[in-house]
Amino acid sequence: MSICIETKPNGQPMHFSQLGEQLRALAGQSVILQNCLGQRYIAAGQKNLRVEIEGIPGNALGAYLGEGSSITVHGNAQDATGDTMSAGSITIHGSTGDAAGYGMRGGMILVKGNAGYRAGIHMKEYGKTCPKLIIGGCAGDFLGEYQAGGIIAVLGLGTEGKAPVGRFCGTGQHGGRIFLRGDALPAELPPQVSVRNAEQADLALLLPSLTQFCEAFGADFSMLQASPYWLLTPNSSNPYTDLYAIY
Amino acid sequence: MELYVHPEFEIVRNEKKCIACRVCERQCANCAHGYDADSGSMEGYDEKCVNCHRCVTLCPTKALKIVQTAHTFRPNANWSNNTIRELYLQANTGGVLLSSMGNPRPLPNYFDRILLNASQVTNPPIDPLREPMETRTYLGKKSIPLQRGAAGKLIENLTPQIALTMPLMFSAMSYGSISYNAHASLARAATELGICYNTGEGGLHRAFYRYGSNTIVQVASGRFGIHTDYLMAGAAVEIKMGQGAKPGIGGHLPGKKNVGEVARTRMTPDGSDAISPAPHHDIYSIEDLRQLVYSLKETAGNSKPIIVKIAAVHNVAAIASGVARSGADIIAIDGFRGGTGAAPTRIRDHVGIPIELALASVDTRLREEGIRDDISLVVGGSIRSAADWIKAIALGADACYIATGALLALGCHLCRSCHIGLCNWGIATQRADLVKRLNPEIGAERLVNLVKAWQHELKEVMGGMGINSVEALRGNRLMLRGVGMTQEELRVLGIEHAGS
Repeated sequence: MSICIETKPNGQPMHFSQLGEQLRALAGQSVILQNCLGQRYIAAGQKNLRVEIEGIPGNALGAYLGEGSSITVHGNAQDATGDTMSAGSITIHGSTGDAAGYGMRGGMILVKGNAGYRAGIHMKEYGKTCPKLIIGGCAGDFLGEYQAGGIIAVLGLGTEGKAPVGRFCGTGQHGGRIFLRGDALPAELPPQVSVRNAEQADLALLLPSLTQFCEAFGADFSMLQASPYWLLTPNSSNPYTDLYAIY
Repeated sequence: MELYVHPEFEIVRNEKKCIACRVCERQCANCAHGYDADSGSMEGYDEKCVNCHRCVTLCPTKALKIVQTAHTFRPNANWSNNTIRELYLQANTGGVLLSSMGNPRPLPNYFDRILLNASQVTNPPIDPLREPMETRTYLGKKSIPLQRGAAGKLIENLTPQIALTMPLMFSAMSYGSISYNAHASLARAATELGICYNTGEGGLHRAFYRYGSNTIVQVASGRFGIHTDYLMAGAAVEIKMGQGAKPGIGGHLPGKKNVGEVARTRMTPDGSDAISPAPHHDIYSIEDLRQLVYSLKETAGNSKPIIVKIAAVHNVAAIASGVARSGADIIAIDGFRGGTGAAPTRIRDHVGIPIELALASVDTRLREEGIRDDISLVVGGSIRSAADWIKAIALGADACYIATGALLALGCHLCRSCHIGLCNWGIATQRADLVKRLNPEIGAERLVNLVKAWQHELKEVMGGMGINSVEALRGNRLMLRGVGMTQEELRVLGIEHAGS
């Protein structure tokens, strides 16, 4: 049984602090937010909370999100979605703004549409915790900059034949993997990145996430599975070792 | 071709005193001492010596000393020995010069040119041994209007504060840049003293969560080791935007130091570089900073004050004004003499401004704009003694951060070789045999000694001024006079020249 919160009582959008207070009191529950209109920090740092959002949440949706939490957005999301999130999942039935998944350490972000600039910057993994950011459409510049771990996939659905990412993809990458669906690669890739066709063993890491993507958004799994993917990985996990003179 | 660079230090061994016990050889992780079995005598390898005094201190017969070499290039006031050596090294390697600890250059120190006042005849001095002296300090927003309920009872609407027994904290040093035992020493000492230490950006080791109420947890651009429990573990959360030793650049813990427990605490793969980008890629404006501040406040259910740490740079007053409007509760400013575990030499030595000037201009600006009480001001960047601390408070600081001083208390000899990772004192190293040389119980005790001594000195000086509460010292620039300063320097500091 879900608890409904009308986020626009009396015709006025509820302030984020008031909404945050209500959500913090509802840990362990399922919540539906109705008429969401730009409230920031929804479910920030919360554990074991399930939120369905009708409308458009504001910046920093699910920042620092903890174990057992899931957020579903029936609409677009704004900037800094899942900033530094630890666990749980964020599913967006639309597009998301800039800096999605920045510093993400675990959990999963599924975006049906596009992601803005700077998605997945400085994602990192540790032990069994491997963050995943799956973008159905395209991503802007600086995707996966400084990536230290985790999996980023950009599927380019609807823009076939074109590289699904912008410039500076993977600059400073020193861990993790970026999958780009299709035959086209961005015109230039930074020197820290090596690129090759993803093989069966590589795709084995991606397929569980694609399954979830298809379950969430009804995409064609067999088509996604049969598609070619580029795999971007770092040249080195210690890219700057030779930069310094020690004395 | 590599040019030979003569060693900077020479190991001088008094052969009459040396008993060839080989303690120096065992103690030196840089392998600057050896034993010649044929002659039964010790040998020194000057080129490996970093002048950390471990051997000198532990030599049972005091047979050792380290001297700066007399070997020199042709004396030249423009091209110093050091300048030439650095240039040769760069021509040999093509590398960016890397250094540690604070700026060693002989730039003006304004604390040394500020003198303190004392009472005579009227407004008599107070004896802290007989009279109560208040050093308790609360950091956080103070400009909250008093509100009373229906029955006239005060409504408690104070935003979260850090409560300290005195206006002093240990500033951010990450686990990784310093050792487990160094962190343990700081955590224990902070707890005993009723002050705070700061995790830096390396996360919080699980064994230290129990010191949480005396811990400040940091969020830096690399977002290492950050999760909900971490954010809730401390007395406050600090967003690191900049550091005095390296304003404008990020951090870089080499993979060889990011191993074992360090990597586990940072939650990064073992052996991979731990890179903190120069900017937070989710912050490009004060509005973005405000967003990070409030995302942390929301995460903590508004139970933790948020500190924003910036480096002292040219426009620090305007930046601080922006930070004060970002919703942060405390602003920490780190001066250009602040220490580091590793920073490019040119940045450490040439970027930023002295904390004395930054502090005075920030305090003045925030007062002029009527927002000084919206935020507490903490400063660091080479607070070397109680005198510097007291002068900083009188210039307008609510509290000071110390780090280099704290490391000295733990045995650091300022050899400035932290970046090599072979600290013979067990502080700036992750090598298990070296780390265990620092006993956290003794380390904590020495830190407690240092800070208690400073607290007593603070009380003595306050008593001399006829002040019995540190609140009355804060921003009390009438207690300061400058010597040997220009009008412009006095204007920026907001103080009179001595004699006037």
